Amino acid sequence: MANVFTRMGDWVNERAPNLAPTYRKHMTEYYAPKNFNLWYYFGSLALLVLVNQIVTGIFLTMNYKTSALEAFNSVEYIMRDVEWGWLIRYMHSTGASLFFIVVFLHMFRGLMYGSYKKPRELVWLLGMLIFLVLMAEAFMGYVLPWGNMSFWGAKVIISLFGTLPYVGHALVEWIMGDFLPADATLNRFFALHVIALPIVLLLLVVLHLAALHEVGSNNPDGVDVKHGPKGNRWDAGKPTDAIPFHPYYTVKDLVGVGFFLMIAAFIIFFAPTFGGWFLEHDNFIPANNLVTPTHIKPVWYFTPFYAILRMIPSMFGTAVWGVLAMFAAIVLLFLVPWIDRGQVRSIRYRGAGFKVLLFGFVLSFVALGAVGAGVIAEIMPSWEIFFGRVWTIVYFGFFLGLWAYTHFGWEKTKPVPERVTTHD
Amino acid sequence: MANEVVDHGRRRFLTITTAVVGGVGVVAAVVPFIKSWEPSARAKAAGAPVTADISKIEPGQKVTFAWRSQPVFVVNRTKEQLAALPSLDVRLTDPKSEVTDQQPKYAQNATRSIKPEWLVVVGLCTHLGCVPDFEPVMKPEPFDPNWKGGFYCPCHKSRYDLAGRVFQGVPAPKNLPVPPYHFVDDNTIQIGVDPKGAG
Repeated sequence: MANVFTRMGDWVNERAPNLAPTYRKHMTEYYAPKNFNLWYYFGSLALLVLVNQIVTGIFLTMNYKTSALEAFNSVEYIMRDVEWGWLIRYMHSTGASLFFIVVFLHMFRGLMYGSYKKPRELVWLLGMLIFLVLMAEAFMGYVLPWGNMSFWGAKVIISLFGTLPYVGHALVEWIMGDFLPADATLNRFFALHVIALPIVLLLLVVLHLAALHEVGSNNPDGVDVKHGPKGNRWDAGKPTDAIPFHPYYTVKDLVGVGFFLMIAAFIIFFAPTFGGWFLEHDNFIPANNLVTPTHIKPVWYFTPFYAILRMIPSMFGTAVWGVLAMFAAIVLLFLVPWIDRGQVRSIRYRGAGFKVLLFGFVLSFVALGAVGAGVIAEIMPSWEIFFGRVWTIVYFGFFLGLWAYTHFGWEKTKPVPERVTTHD
Repeated sequence: MANEVVDHGRRRFLTITTAVVGGVGVVAAVVPFIKSWEPSARAKAAGAPVTADISKIEPGQKVTFAWRSQPVFVVNRTKEQLAALPSLDVRLTDPKSEVTDQQPKYAQNATRSIKPEWLVVVGLCTHLGCVPDFEPVMKPEPFDPNWKGGFYCPCHKSRYDLAGRVFQGVPAPKNLPVPPYHFVDDNTIQIGVDPKGAG
């Protein structure tokens, strides 16, 4: 048998001599710094969730009906009548929320250890594009069950484009293909959610990894292992402080996968709606274009951006300012590699001001999430606007503060070690 | 080839013309795909005018009709409600209905209507398109102690008076739009068609 496999391998090699080296380049001969910590799980976990979304998504399409009349019932049919349909759907819906959790943590890791800094700006930009496509993908996926929150969520989000001067109204009708979210809207969102955006997403993920493997991974010390001493036990020319991705980090990541799957399984089996956070209660009511849910709010992962939208008042007869601020909140993240002029990457060796700014940024993200989800309106309604506006200022203050702090040379950094701190 | 000299000018001309002609072709080919996203003939047909019987709407009542699958509020306003409208002008963003997109010419008046008592507006908040609640009673409300009746959007707390005029200091920027409509007779209106001679 072994002989057969060897011959098959040779047969392939003869015709495509670059396949095996490509595998080696990205796995067994991709040398990553050896000091990765817990924060480095989330990239591979995001990949795992992506696979989960694709596999469960394909199986959902086998029973889902793309029609405003049938969509809601077909989802209930999947939940009640299709063998194991409930599991497949809950894996998909829980996967969506977990996707954002791991991506947010992955992005926070990048901010914390300066992984966006030269020479990894392209890795960061491609990652931000993935984030953007992921948001579109998640939004359109949420519309598909055609529950009442699907309908009104779609209405509100598409109406954002209506605030644009001159073209807004026509643009909204163009996106919806009707005068309200309707069958046409549902069908095109299905096409984008199931075919167009996943293809773009996969392409971007490949580019994200290719760009990463060109420059090599950053690490918690923010030290370039390529500039350190050369030679390790596998290769005399490779960095001493790096280890092959496979098997070392594949095995490490498997441990992370194990923990992650335990959490995911717990949610899927015991709390699939997560108290209305992962699947909103109003989405268990069929879409009704004449009755608005009492509180329209997006799923939790959009709430920080939604809060910024709500906190900006209409001025000069147009509501476009809130929309612009919301998009700015995302666009500024793209620009972080150029906003941050600091030379030191890792938070371990950066000034106290950076730590304060980053901490404020995370707090504002969480606080705005609470505003967007309507939590603040419930516990202290008269303070909601004030609270929300203060945290909106903190959110944007992060970018302005980071620029000023590094541009005017106010940052007092600590000395960065020559090599990663955990070498022997 | 007899001619060994490369004519760069000729080559550039051919490259540019090929690119331009090809580009025009690509743009032309994209048009059908873009246009396919516009409301289809069926969606437009479903947006045809709606005839509504208003004879059963008592003073102070609101009935919602569907036009282009949008809710259209028809309100029979009482004398007291109409009398209260001018007193609100100072608290409104656009009391004189000066934003011309929000109503046809024939509804650009103090009551924003053809006949004073009958209000016809599209019941979609101009902020982000939620359906506002009808709160017709003149009594202090949690959202407004001097409430004179009107519409209150539960989504983001925008308020409108009983002429669909938006209050100041709320997220919604504009008055509720008045759709084209006309009176077929005293008991019937048609939504979606201007009165004869207007338009």
